[in-house]
Amino acid sequence: MASSKRQQLLISGVGGQGVLFVTRLLAEAAIAKGLPVFTCETHGMAQRGGTVVSHLKVGDFHSPLVRAGQADGLLVLKSENLAQHGAFLKPGGWVVANAGSKETYDVGGTVFAIEADRLAQETGNVKSINLVVLGFALSVAEKMKGKAEQLFCTLADIERTVKNSFNDQPKQLSSFLNAIRSGYDAPA
Amino acid sequence: MGKRRLLLGNEAMARGLVENGCRMATSYPGTPASEILSAVAQFKLAEKLAMHVQWAVNEKIALEIAYAGCMTGLRTAVSMKQVGLNVASDPFMSAAYMGVKGGFIVISADDPGPHSSQAEQDSRMMAMMAKVPVLDPDSPRQAKEMIGAAYALSEAFRTPVMLRPTTRVCHSRQDIEVLPVAAAAGIEAKFDRDPARWAATPKFRHQLHLELEEKLAAIAAYAPTAPVRLNPEASARKAVVAAGVSAAHAREILQELGIWKKVALYQVRQPFPLHIAFIEHLLGAYRDILVLEETTGVIEMQLADRRRVKGKQSGTVPRVGELTPERIQALLGDFAGIRTRAVAVAGAPGRRPTLCAGCPHRASFFAIKKAAPRGIYTSDIGCYTLGMNLGAVDTVLCMGAAITQAAGFYHAFRRAKKPPDIVATIGDSTFFHAGVPALIDAVVQRVKFTLVILDNRTTGMTGNQPTPASGFGAIGEPLEAVDLESLVRGCGVTYCRTGDPYRLQDFIALMREAVVCGRKNGPAVIISRHPCILDRARKGERSAFVAVEISDRCDGCGYCVKHFECPALVHHTENKDHRRTTIDSALCAGCGVCLDVCPKGAIQIKQNR
Repeated sequence: MASSKRQQLLISGVGGQGVLFVTRLLAEAAIAKGLPVFTCETHGMAQRGGTVVSHLKVGDFHSPLVRAGQADGLLVLKSENLAQHGAFLKPGGWVVANAGSKETYDVGGTVFAIEADRLAQETGNVKSINLVVLGFALSVAEKMKGKAEQLFCTLADIERTVKNSFNDQPKQLSSFLNAIRSGYDAPA
Repeated sequence: MGKRRLLLGNEAMARGLVENGCRMATSYPGTPASEILSAVAQFKLAEKLAMHVQWAVNEKIALEIAYAGCMTGLRTAVSMKQVGLNVASDPFMSAAYMGVKGGFIVISADDPGPHSSQAEQDSRMMAMMAKVPVLDPDSPRQAKEMIGAAYALSEAFRTPVMLRPTTRVCHSRQDIEVLPVAAAAGIEAKFDRDPARWAATPKFRHQLHLELEEKLAAIAAYAPTAPVRLNPEASARKAVVAAGVSAAHAREILQELGIWKKVALYQVRQPFPLHIAFIEHLLGAYRDILVLEETTGVIEMQLADRRRVKGKQSGTVPRVGELTPERIQALLGDFAGIRTRAVAVAGAPGRRPTLCAGCPHRASFFAIKKAAPRGIYTSDIGCYTLGMNLGAVDTVLCMGAAITQAAGFYHAFRRAKKPPDIVATIGDSTFFHAGVPALIDAVVQRVKFTLVILDNRTTGMTGNQPTPASGFGAIGEPLEAVDLESLVRGCGVTYCRTGDPYRLQDFIALMREAVVCGRKNGPAVIISRHPCILDRARKGERSAFVAVEISDRCDGCGYCVKHFECPALVHHTENKDHRRTTIDSALCAGCGVCLDVCPKGAIQIKQNR
């Protein structure tokens, strides 16, 4: 039952990486599915290259913030941020991180690494790291066994949201879709 | 039934304003309030609304314009950040006495944390001081609803009403029902002359103060804004009283901890004046009371008998910093007498913010340090506060203080054997906001210093709002532009030169000339003019990309990283025998300024091979 779904995510990166953009896409996808949604964002001075984090809560919530130890999943656009935001993850939660596969982390959950910098460069848009990580998260969450771990939305939902928002900018739209797809197709 | 849309808290308040027939909205940008007026402007544009929307030169001016609008019977509103209300406090206090005709809302956004402010001040204290009722929303959705409630309250008692959102309300997004804009037609501006009220002398002010006290007593019994019990099903001797986003956190956490039915939860929607009947009920019915609110104990202070009250005054609730859900979980657990798993967010320091790659301010700061290497650098509020990363900002106090603090230092060092050079930096928008009277004072007092106006043609930090020099307004409509050079000369300054910091060598020479002049003759002003790269990118403007590379001459000394601090210059120190600097091409903006920065000439234009 879609309406009883409750999910808490954190999207973490640095100013300029497009943390807000990813948050927005996920939130719009939730609305399109008829789910209540709450986000909380970092604005102001931190957006000038400082640490930026977004909270995203889908389902019946009152507070805009995810509490430490409560996040079902983390999307990490800069691996160094795991030290700061890893504690938000609930025991057994998942992390998708823009990181080299050999790095190891101690966050009490499963870390899936993707070299998003390289993949973004390969798609021809170095600024699309955020969407590569998003695409990867969609594929990782899809393969989860438990219902709770699975994302509230699918690749198709996100693609639909992007298409709705950027219908009038075909060049940008295809660049965005390519980046999401390249993350989605990357081996976990 | 309206359509559900994803709205930022600030957009939700803006929507509330236009749906409730607001006819004038004014503001000066400041985080976390900036997007309120931008969103009103977007609604005006999209739905062709007959209303006046403007960015004002500062918050005092914004408040006075919107207040005069309500004197003609129109519904109006002004929005600002909490420290902006300090600037607007003079008309705010006086407007409380004179009252309103059309509904008038003052939105003052607080920033517990603080995340992007110089103080954690609680605007509700300002409401108390002014004797103005204040509403405290817990979410974007409630903030939108409270706009309607605030107009009703304002018109019922002919008083200004403050709406006090916090960062977590302003910068949250929620799915919110959007309704059609109210047909505000029919209400025409009409001014009823009444000098005893609108121009009251102290004798009449005494009378107005008496009336204000009567209004406040009645508002403390006004049913629509009274506190609400969120869990009537709980039977308890303990009560939690919460307001704003703390109430939202508490509501969720009490349920998740399984103590929803163990303690009573009240949400205060109007923290001042606190409803008298509620105070009596609370103190009469409960053995223990915990008050959760940000940032000061405003509700708590109004509970006359505090022997059974825990809160900020009692020392139970931290007085400093945001009341995060983690803190609230621990407080609620202790209060209910249950054990909770201690949760904390790791204290790892995040990455510090820095000026953007290609930011013209970076070049200005580099030149200032070259021209006055042992100077005192006073600065101001804006992106350029980040000049402290480059060691080119020593002081930041409040809007406009770069100039007055420079004057203070000059007077303090006047009798010193070797007074330091003083170089002040201020942004164009901040100069218009509060720098002009300060510069006039410095001219009159013959203050010997150099002022650099960082003119990037926009209000950068808050999201690129126009300045008085832009020549356009909140919806991009053409307006008059004030010429900065003429203004500086009009203040009485005789030395005023304009330069482009991207032409770094020329600009350093100009800075050296100005510092000598400032030291000898009094205020010397440099207008450092180059547009903000974020603003240009937003408008789709581009200039030639200067691709740079680092040659073998680089010995990894780190000079460029320390003194220029561009995020695209990456210093590698892992291998002690092979320190070096590289260019991060994903971040480089192609400004080419760094070509003149390396003392060894190792940064060069990229060779085609």
